[in-house]
Amino acid sequence: MIVKLRAPGWYRAGTFVALGIAFAYVLVGIVRTAMHFDNPWSDGDAVTIVSLIAAPLFFLVGLGCFDYWFYWVAGRPTRPDDHSSHGAHSWKDYFRVNTDHKVIGIQYICTSVFFLFVGGLMAMLMRAELAQPGMQFVNSQEFNGLVSVHASLLIFLFVIPIFAGIANFVLPLMIGAPDMAFPRLNALSFWMLPVAGTIMLLSFLAPGGSFATGWTAYAPLSTTMPLGQLFFTIGVQFAGASSIATALNFLVTIITMRAPGMSFFRMPLLVWANFSTSLLVVIATPFIAASQFFVLLDRALGFQFFNAFVGAGKDGSVLMYQHVFWFYSHPAVYIMMLPGFGIVSEVLSVKARKPIFGYRMMAFSLIAIVILGFTVWAHHMFVSGMQSWIRIPMMITTAIIAVPTGIKIFSWLATIWRGVLRVDTPMLFALGFLVTFTCGGISGVMLAMVPFDIHVSDTYFIVAHIHYVLFGGSLFTIFAGLYYWFPKMTGRMYDERLGKLHFWATFIFFNVTFGPMHLIGIQGMPRRVADYAQQWAPYNLAISIASFLLGLSTLVFLYNMVVSWRLGPRAAANPWRALTLEWQVSSPPPIFNFDAVPTVVGGPYEYGIPGAVHGIFQSPAEAKPKPAGSVATSPTTE
Amino acid sequence: MQMVAIGAIASAIGIALSYWIHWFPVDAAKQDKPIDTLYHVLMIVSIPIFVLVTTVILYSVWAFRMRPGQESEDGPPIHGNTRLEVVWTAIPAILLVSLCSYAYGVLTDIEQTHKDELVVKVHAVQFAWSFSYPQAGGARVSSDQLYLPVNRPVRFDIDTQDVIHDFWVPAFRVKIDTVPGIVTHLRVTPTRLGSYPIVCAELCGLGHSVMRSTAHVLTAAAYARWLAREQAPVSAGGAGGGGAAPTQAQLIALGRQTFTGDSGCGACHTLADAGTSGTTGPDLRAIRGQSQAEIRQDIVDPNARIAPGYQANIMPPSFGQTLTAQQLDGLVAYLASVSK
Repeated sequence: MIVKLRAPGWYRAGTFVALGIAFAYVLVGIVRTAMHFDNPWSDGDAVTIVSLIAAPLFFLVGLGCFDYWFYWVAGRPTRPDDHSSHGAHSWKDYFRVNTDHKVIGIQYICTSVFFLFVGGLMAMLMRAELAQPGMQFVNSQEFNGLVSVHASLLIFLFVIPIFAGIANFVLPLMIGAPDMAFPRLNALSFWMLPVAGTIMLLSFLAPGGSFATGWTAYAPLSTTMPLGQLFFTIGVQFAGASSIATALNFLVTIITMRAPGMSFFRMPLLVWANFSTSLLVVIATPFIAASQFFVLLDRALGFQFFNAFVGAGKDGSVLMYQHVFWFYSHPAVYIMMLPGFGIVSEVLSVKARKPIFGYRMMAFSLIAIVILGFTVWAHHMFVSGMQSWIRIPMMITTAIIAVPTGIKIFSWLATIWRGVLRVDTPMLFALGFLVTFTCGGISGVMLAMVPFDIHVSDTYFIVAHIHYVLFGGSLFTIFAGLYYWFPKMTGRMYDERLGKLHFWATFIFFNVTFGPMHLIGIQGMPRRVADYAQQWAPYNLAISIASFLLGLSTLVFLYNMVVSWRLGPRAAANPWRALTLEWQVSSPPPIFNFDAVPTVVGGPYEYGIPGAVHGIFQSPAEAKPKPAGSVATSPTTE
Repeated sequence: MQMVAIGAIASAIGIALSYWIHWFPVDAAKQDKPIDTLYHVLMIVSIPIFVLVTTVILYSVWAFRMRPGQESEDGPPIHGNTRLEVVWTAIPAILLVSLCSYAYGVLTDIEQTHKDELVVKVHAVQFAWSFSYPQAGGARVSSDQLYLPVNRPVRFDIDTQDVIHDFWVPAFRVKIDTVPGIVTHLRVTPTRLGSYPIVCAELCGLGHSVMRSTAHVLTAAAYARWLAREQAPVSAGGAGGGGAAPTQAQLIALGRQTFTGDSGCGACHTLADAGTSGTTGPDLRAIRGQSQAEIRQDIVDPNARIAPGYQANIMPPSFGQTLTAQQLDGLVAYLASVSK
């Protein structure tokens, strides 16, 4: 038993959580005694808040995320080739700190899909409540809580991390690297996620219920809420730290670990997409961390950053919260979309058997979105009461950001034009994405137009828009990517019939659910309400029914994934006849990815050119004299 | 060619449909038409783009899908076409900049200021609206519903006593947040008689979905009559304050008016006598048998005693400041009278 408690793992992690809470209790007690507060040893709120910060850190130490670093710090002999925590030999290896990027990728994906289902169930509960006017199933605290936790989980624990998960698995393989640049940091980034998700879910147990201010947590509402609010404030810090560390890892990996011959313009677009996303994450995510630290200090220690009524000069600035928050949260929309663009580029090119049309423009438009993405945040604040002139430049930049996005859409259309289209599940989701995302993009341009936005902001039109972007956009690409790389990740094939059923059910019920929301939004139904006027009852009933069917369609996906993973037919190394490097190794790939370092000799999408290859598995010295596929060294036609 | 024809027909049908659908609530202000027109223009521009994307996808799937025997075939290795790429960069850019210029025109149009604006102050509190009309000589008329004369430009000066709310009249098409610490403004010229819902559009807490009021657009004459009627009790009350104390019956009547009206007690509390059915706060049957002092404490310091099953910090602690002394006396008298 003692041995188990001393070795890294779940027993030690459990013990450390208890230690963390004890530490928080003692720390709070000592500080409150020193400050001569009443009841220094019995303030539940203070102990909970400090525990929320301390217990997760203790948990991560207990689980073993820091063991190697402590070992190094302690001055013991280091083990440069220590692969003891690398790779998975049984299912149990997925539940410990693992440094293999493929294991971490699958850990990320499974964790995120779990939160997809939790968040989806919350949406089902909300739709049940909204099926009829009046209050039936939940009260308004619970409803606001569901709205908030649904959004927070799906943004911070589904869309953002699952893209990191897919990239974690695929990206090092794609660039011919044996692993990520910092495998231990990678493991730590992953383990912060379940921590963040657990904190957010635990908020339902807090006195006063879960956080209920929406995922935007606008101050001063959020600084005056019951304790549950802080589960969001602190949970987001862990999710944010996780994505910053992962993004740094991706950047270093992409910049320093590409295989010989892989110039930036020979990188697959998924790599470009994750490069751009990581830039966004590294620059923007500290801002949401800041905004939530402000809230934490306001709520827990009375700093009055956002209190415009109390304090020396009554000078708390409510609008500042929104500026800082959206300076992250608008780029976050691109953090949730650019990796999907990458996935769609891979799928469309391979499935249409054609090179990506305008590869360089595709890469440049990603960078353009990164830059423009930082200049549009205040379009979320057109009715916030900020200085009115800010609206005009923000309207123009918001409209202009549709240009690089349009370039991508048109280039994808040109990519499938005259190809030989394999219309299987990943392709269906990629094509479905083009349709729904175009809708979301168009409503985005409409929302950029200030006078129209003044009418529809904070209505169901917004709900429709964000779901067309994040569900019809991100989630469709996620499904496309999961089906596309399923054979590579698991070594098994999924069931194509069930996959197609899943697509059609998702596509149809998605549109029936979210399409009508545009209309009721313009008609005047506000969002985030548990109750609404009688005139919208028929629409809401139809939306609720469609949403339940949409919910059921994900069960087809889950069944397909679980059963195919266990019992599906063995997958070949390269079932899609793709050129990118991840398909040139076995399915699933060997533990260190490549037996010989690949040499990249051409572009990643040279379909239709006889004999073209992207990479070859020879030493660079051998490869150089005979550059196979040299016609393809430049990806664009000059 | 076929595709272009199909696309053109589909776009025409789409645009016709977008006109046929009844998108907006009723037009009740001068601001409505420009915004509605902007929306329809946006639809006319958007639908062909959407149809273009969809048609290309459907046609590709139909014409280029893999037939049996093509399993190992690839498409032609086309890497790009500079002219095409310039076209689909430039045309959207021009289109978007023109739309922005148009939208800017609409914006200046709807936010135009007028010299003879009627100024109405809007106050938000969790979870009720109140409106006051500054009068000559510093007096004010207050109301819990909004009354406006038709065809007269109005400027709303909007503030809040607690968190961010959002003042929105869908029939007027315009909204603005209420921001703690600053006064925000909104301009509207009502053009149609009738009553329209006022909605809080920014999540403001438990009672957000019941934070509603009504805007009444009256003829100039009817508005003047309403104003005169509202001014009357205020001046009577002012005189009473200087002279004899109000009778118990007057106090109770004032309390009932306060409960159902301005301060918005009924939005959160159920009270049979007042005909309110809010569920955010405790049902006021619970105050039966309490002293007037206890009731008064519950109003001015709501966190002092929390009813079982409810949380602290939900009821605004500011009623002690926002209600006049007389309103507070009235409220206490009224609640004591109905809970005997």
